[in-house]
Amino acid sequence: MRLRIAKKDTAGGYKAVLIRVGAVLVALVLSGLLMTAMGYNPISAFAAIIKGSFGSKRGLINTITVAIPLLVVALGLSISFSMRFWNIGGEGQLIMGAIFATFVAHNLPVNTPTPVYLITMAIASMIGGALFALIPGLFRAYSGTNETLFTLMLNYVAIKITVFLRLVLWKDPEAKGFPSIEAIPKIAHLPKVFGIHSGWIIALIATVLVYVFLKYTKRGYETRVVGESERTAHYAGINVRRVLISGVILSGGLVGLAGFVKLSGAAFTLSESIGGGNGFSAVIIAWLAQLNAPVMVIVALLFAAMEQGAMGMELALKIPASVADIIKGLILFTALASEFFIAYRVVIEPGPRQLQKQAQKEDQV
Amino acid sequence: MDVALLIALFLASAVRMAVPLLLGTLGESLTERAGNLNLGVEGLMMMGAATGFIAAYHTDNIALAVLAGMLGSGFGSLLYAILTITFRTKQDVTGLALTIFGSGFANTLGKTLANTNTPEGIRTFAQATPLKLPESTASIPGIGPVLAFIDTAFLQHNWFVYLTFIAAFAGWFYLFRTRQGLHLRMIGENPAAADASGIRVIGAKYAHVVVGGILCGLGGVYISVINVGTYLENIVAGRGWIVVALVIFIRWDPLKAIAGSLLFGALEIVGFRIQHIEALSGLPIFSQYAIDMYPYLMTIIVLILTYARKKAYLGPAGLGVPYFREDR
Amino acid sequence: MQPQNRTQPPAITMQGISKTFATVKANDQISFSVKAGEIHALLGENGSGKSTLMNILSGIYLPDSGEIDIHGERVIFRSPRDSMAQGIGMIHQHFKLVENLSALENIVAGTGHGLLLDRKAARDKVIALSEQFEMDIDPDRKIASMSVSEKQTVEILKVLYRGSQILILDEPTAVLTPQEITRLFHILHRMREIGQAVVFISHKLNEVLSLCDRVTVLRQGKTIGTVYTHQTTATELVEMMVGRAVDLAIERPAAVGSGQCLDVKNLTVKDHDGVARLNQVSFTLDHGEILGVAGLSGSGQKELCETIAGLCAPNGGSILFHDNQIIGKSPREIIRLGISMSFIPEDRLGMGLVASMDIADNIMLKDYAFHKGPFLNRKEARAKAKRIVEQLSINTPGIYHTVRKLSGGNIQKVILGREINLSPRLLITAYAVRGLDIHSSYTIYSLINEQKSKDVAVLFIGEDLDVLLELCDRILVLCNGQVTGIVNAKDVNKEQIGLMMAGETLTESEAV
Repeated sequence: MRLRIAKKDTAGGYKAVLIRVGAVLVALVLSGLLMTAMGYNPISAFAAIIKGSFGSKRGLINTITVAIPLLVVALGLSISFSMRFWNIGGEGQLIMGAIFATFVAHNLPVNTPTPVYLITMAIASMIGGALFALIPGLFRAYSGTNETLFTLMLNYVAIKITVFLRLVLWKDPEAKGFPSIEAIPKIAHLPKVFGIHSGWIIALIATVLVYVFLKYTKRGYETRVVGESERTAHYAGINVRRVLISGVILSGGLVGLAGFVKLSGAAFTLSESIGGGNGFSAVIIAWLAQLNAPVMVIVALLFAAMEQGAMGMELALKIPASVADIIKGLILFTALASEFFIAYRVVIEPGPRQLQKQAQKEDQV
Repeated sequence: MDVALLIALFLASAVRMAVPLLLGTLGESLTERAGNLNLGVEGLMMMGAATGFIAAYHTDNIALAVLAGMLGSGFGSLLYAILTITFRTKQDVTGLALTIFGSGFANTLGKTLANTNTPEGIRTFAQATPLKLPESTASIPGIGPVLAFIDTAFLQHNWFVYLTFIAAFAGWFYLFRTRQGLHLRMIGENPAAADASGIRVIGAKYAHVVVGGILCGLGGVYISVINVGTYLENIVAGRGWIVVALVIFIRWDPLKAIAGSLLFGALEIVGFRIQHIEALSGLPIFSQYAIDMYPYLMTIIVLILTYARKKAYLGPAGLGVPYFREDR
Repeated sequence: MQPQNRTQPPAITMQGISKTFATVKANDQISFSVKAGEIHALLGENGSGKSTLMNILSGIYLPDSGEIDIHGERVIFRSPRDSMAQGIGMIHQHFKLVENLSALENIVAGTGHGLLLDRKAARDKVIALSEQFEMDIDPDRKIASMSVSEKQTVEILKVLYRGSQILILDEPTAVLTPQEITRLFHILHRMREIGQAVVFISHKLNEVLSLCDRVTVLRQGKTIGTVYTHQTTATELVEMMVGRAVDLAIERPAAVGSGQCLDVKNLTVKDHDGVARLNQVSFTLDHGEILGVAGLSGSGQKELCETIAGLCAPNGGSILFHDNQIIGKSPREIIRLGISMSFIPEDRLGMGLVASMDIADNIMLKDYAFHKGPFLNRKEARAKAKRIVEQLSINTPGIYHTVRKLSGGNIQKVILGREINLSPRLLITAYAVRGLDIHSSYTIYSLINEQKSKDVAVLFIGEDLDVLLELCDRILVLCNGQVTGIVNAKDVNKEQIGLMMAGETLTESEAV
């Protein structure tokens, strides 16, 4: 017997969905097995994750609060990804956004009206994120520099800059013990709507805008053509550099905005951990949602539930919260593999040896 | 302090810091020569660091610690190999997933051992200096000081360090002087051509990706078990990513990898050393916070310079492209 | 078992070979046999199953059913290694060579055992072989620095080095000058003399008839028949290939245009290394005229098209379109001058189309920028797409079908349809019929002729000299980026063009 792999003609829509859902289930089973091997009870772990994320109103609010920046970062990155600019620097761009927003928050006159305060911070955060994405973007556009590693290294640079701000430049003289940056004033907090900070409205508006941009605008079309093939774009008369650079600015700007949302909505204090791995999780969210903005809303919520639930699990069961990373990794693995089962089919056929036997039989007859 | 001694000590530290980078760079070069871009080096190093440390802690046996580190990272790279080679998944995303998985795996496993130290036997191995010259050589007239300098800089390391550098030479010989090395280079450049020449492409890819991953994992073992001797969360601290960039810098060549990793190893410790020099430690660009950024900034500069050169060799032509014989 | 035969068993016998890809039956019960000491042609259109059959013989594909005997022995090939072990060597149309390794490294890779390479012994063997077959090759040169013909020689050496008794050549002459073809045939004759079997895959009937002993014709995955070349004619073979009588003549309506369209003077284009890809190229092109461009691949055709289309920055010269200087202008700037120019590039999916988008989205690739406002006008694009699909009878489930999934001929029709729809005054086509079957090719020729009759100036980059000679009014020959002649198609023959392709300037060539 022998397995042969053949390309599928067409992948039916519902079948593809079924395969993807199946992949997530396989990932959950695999993570259960791995947890068992590490000496933890997977069933109570999963139960604790669900309970921690959706089990109470408090948990649900926390889950949505975690999901908001994840979604905004994923939306921002999806613009980069649709032009095949592998922006892995979400973490750094988010931090830069938060740094710029913090600067504004500490320097605006206190009598500024709240909307002006918040809008100025938001714009500043977008400038911060966009600048940090623009640097690798320019190098990629003009000399083809590999943006994956460039953006990645900038994450560490952003973290180190924040450490420097926290320990030296912006060190709060009144903070006792652990050195920290002064919290942003009350006026700079995002107001709550339905019990959750209004960042969720920003996130949903961004979802619609990104969706419309990529699907219905000329620039969005150009972005996708550039992503498919720069040569085709060039042939069609598209100014590849201009599209690339404007796309990167837009992408980094949105990610930077997530920094403002996180700062003004939940963290209130700038520190190097404000990114919290959102930049990486968002890469996966954007990819799992196949760069489709509305789908990203759901995926971001699920990811947030996992992060939020894992914290509950660590508190309740003393199972390390890092288990969530294992599950995330495995979901991504199986999701990646599922693309294979959508595009190809595996055919079981008689192997050479059986063919030989068969042939001999026929010869004898 | 004596300037020569200061330089010698600096070089000795650079060599120690270079070891994990060199192992990772060798491993990733091998992987990429097989046409697979594995962005999961960070995750593999973490897996190696965690499994290696756990074995070291419980057995106090260096061989078992190394073996455990190889198993842990071998498991990770095997997952990556199955996905990218058999299931033809996107290599870059798979590598990112491996980083997330590997860090989750390592942090979960190592949680209970955080901030513990390696036991006595391992520490003795790490501190041993088997090739140290006898004291008397320093007093040989004429060459005595030279020998002392060489001794301090290069001969006061443990076996793990020496074996790593030997591995780099062996890797070069393998790649450019042996039949299998030629086949590997061919697979990375053009797997269809290799296949048509009768080379077993899939098998060779699996072997080199897994072995490459294990080498990365050994880098992790070195960090946690030998160099630091204490298990810390996120102990690899981004070295895996520096490795990915270093591979481009050293043009997929194990000999150049030695120079590259020494350079970056030196960069990592330059901060600690400069603080001893009063004239320099006052300058803002030599402040601790700026120095912490150097390896990352240096990596960016290396990237920019590499791509600015018009005719630079940018890696095996088949890098990142899955191979499928019956493609149609 | 077969009865003992006094005569030697055939080198290759393939019987009842079937192979299905997804839903396409690429090979359907094919039978094929080649004797030792014979040059045997395998003839068929694209998609007739030739390549699949040969890939099965070389171990790349495993057949769904059927039997293979080599020199009378039943064999089963699981991989190219198995096939090679039986002395079969295949030379693919797209060479399977590693560009930045030397010829020697490419030749020896995959042979021998043990850790170390004995370079000297291998080198000696390669040199001995090249002397035996009168080939001229430096084993230490890198493949990247070799010409197409030299690369092919390396491929042949690679096969001979492995001691192959059976040689398969897939479209080996497609990229060679007539003179290089003669040299190749000389090598193949030597092989026949020493009793080797050669399978020659081609669709060039003249070559098949002059070189080969027998021909097997395939059509739509089935064997149509095997005939002796001295007992058949080109017309008969085409009928076997296509299934009906085909008029192979290409129409050439008289050129009656409204005057000059393009005046190119001293055009020079250099690549990154400063090497001139086009060197002082000058020519004119009239409306209602087809100017063919002949030359070995890589002689500057790509640069010529792309410079005129505004995709490639020139280093000097002038390009006048009517009275407008368009050199160095971007495609958008050219359009803003009111010039309508269409370009059908060689790389259809990688340049002419967005492979993963549907037909409708691809139809608007050239004119979306002129939709009003910041949004796309999909309605207009859809209507246009429907019209083009109808007019050119593109075979597709609908206008929302991804272009990558279309067949080669239909992909070409999508581009052609879009470009003609722009009502161009100048049409540039690069290898417009590459990979298409005879029927699609003739459809494309008549579409191009239709444009000619509409007073469009056509620049036709071609590779099949027969087609160039029949379709075009004049032919410009390029060699290494230089024009070696511009001739009236009626007044020259293939050999003369071949000499110019190899760099000889024709003394009696009349610069028109």
